Amino acid sequence: MAEWAVFVVCALAAVAAAVAVFRVDSMARATFALLASFVFTAVPVLLLDLAYLGVLIVLMMTMEMVVMAVFMIMFMMNPAGLMPMTMVHNNKGALAISGAVFCVLAAGALLVPWPREPAPPPPADPTLQLGKAIMGGHMMVMMVAGLVLFATMVAGVVLATGRGRYDRYGDDLRGRPDDPIRGGVGR
Amino acid sequence: MTDSADYVHWWGLLAAPMLLAALAYAAAAGSAVLAARASGAPAAAALTAPAREAAGLLLRRPRTVPGADTLLRRLGVATVPVAAVMAALVVPLGGRSVTDLSIGVVWFNAMEVLLWAGVWTAGWGANSVWGLVGGYRFLIQGLSYELPHMFALTTAALGAGSLRVGEIAAAQQGLWFALVMPVAFAVYLVSTLAMSFWPPFDQPLGADIAGGAAAEPTGADRLVLLAGRHLMLAAAAAMAVPLFLGGGSGPLLPGWLWSAVKAAAVLALLVWAGSRLPAVRMDRFAEVGWVVLLPLVLLQALAVSVFVVAGWM
Repeated sequence: MAEWAVFVVCALAAVAAAVAVFRVDSMARATFALLASFVFTAVPVLLLDLAYLGVLIVLMMTMEMVVMAVFMIMFMMNPAGLMPMTMVHNNKGALAISGAVFCVLAAGALLVPWPREPAPPPPADPTLQLGKAIMGGHMMVMMVAGLVLFATMVAGVVLATGRGRYDRYGDDLRGRPDDPIRGGVGR
Repeated sequence: MTDSADYVHWWGLLAAPMLLAALAYAAAAGSAVLAARASGAPAAAALTAPAREAAGLLLRRPRTVPGADTLLRRLGVATVPVAAVMAALVVPLGGRSVTDLSIGVVWFNAMEVLLWAGVWTAGWGANSVWGLVGGYRFLIQGLSYELPHMFALTTAALGAGSLRVGEIAAAQQGLWFALVMPVAFAVYLVSTLAMSFWPPFDQPLGADIAGGAAAEPTGADRLVLLAGRHLMLAAAAAMAVPLFLGGGSGPLLPGWLWSAVKAAAVLALLVWAGSRLPAVRMDRFAEVGWVVLLPLVLLQALAVSVFVVAGWM
């Protein structure tokens, strides 16, 4: 009963915070409304005994949203909410896409073959079992995908950087770097 | 979360914040005494300086600037002490913590990271350029020192083969992890100073930006923000005891007293280091985190992994 109450409250709060992301008129508020939605989503994960994943959601999402706030405020319009702004664009298309995604996810929840009564006893380590259920024989694929993602991030940063090593060290890449501000380890 | 071994000491929910507050006050009084001694003022009077300052802040009238985002400002300021107390819930005193979660180390780190969101929103919500610069400084500092910090925590967990703080402390009955993995311990202490923006890592509250994230908060808001920072330092110092200093183990004295003594010793070391070390510019600190501390602690983690695989731990 208590678990149901916690679940219902957190589920409703997660949806309400997600709605707030598109209703507030400041980029900072939108970012932290999204963070609140993720934190409320982490609680049902905790209720499933997936303690590691639940706390990890809070840890990673806090870091991500705080970093995202920096970029959102740097690149998006009206960060401070001094003028009217909207997070919603292409309303009709967005409505169609989100409706379709909701239907697919809801259908998945309804059509998946849930275990029949009596429910089997919960596993000793649900996190381990979930990992095996999701990845199973595809661990290699997942690890390669992780490496590709990481390489993409590094490549993106390298492409985006304003001053590469040729700017710092000159064409022959020798000698002392020509930096306007020296770093902390005397390079 | 509801493993058979997980429990909650409900009385601990009252006792833990009070003990943490006592430790935090000791940190504040200690740094006030060190500052008084350095300036030649009477050191005994400095013992009560934080209490007098807190009372003064409570009486001061709050002040805001037009256009401040009150909701975010309040939430941000309140997050700082709340995150510190929540982090302390998994720190054992002797063998007992408020709750010994199966993923206690991850919980502790998650609460530390909540501090980033708190300080940034406090700086942003005040609608002051100094506050915002301070918030951005803390983000850079957090990002640069979070990975070394996380790997130091991970290395201790690796040595014990568990993310449960109680089991990590119990795994050090023979030899403290501070001796087995000295680099991880040192990196933990340094990154702890950075994560709780304590001197010499106090650039987010730097005097060059008029107090940074603490420039605008006045009265009770300022008290909550600054107290939260002391609470975070105290919680991180107390966490060093089960992670690296054998928890409550020690001769003669009971476990809870050993835990308290060790936590106070770590806190004294951190406060003393903070008052002795010179402040260095942010950009220099950031590079030290990425270029020096991170490779060092990764090598330490590799060494401990080899110890574990070889069966020496």
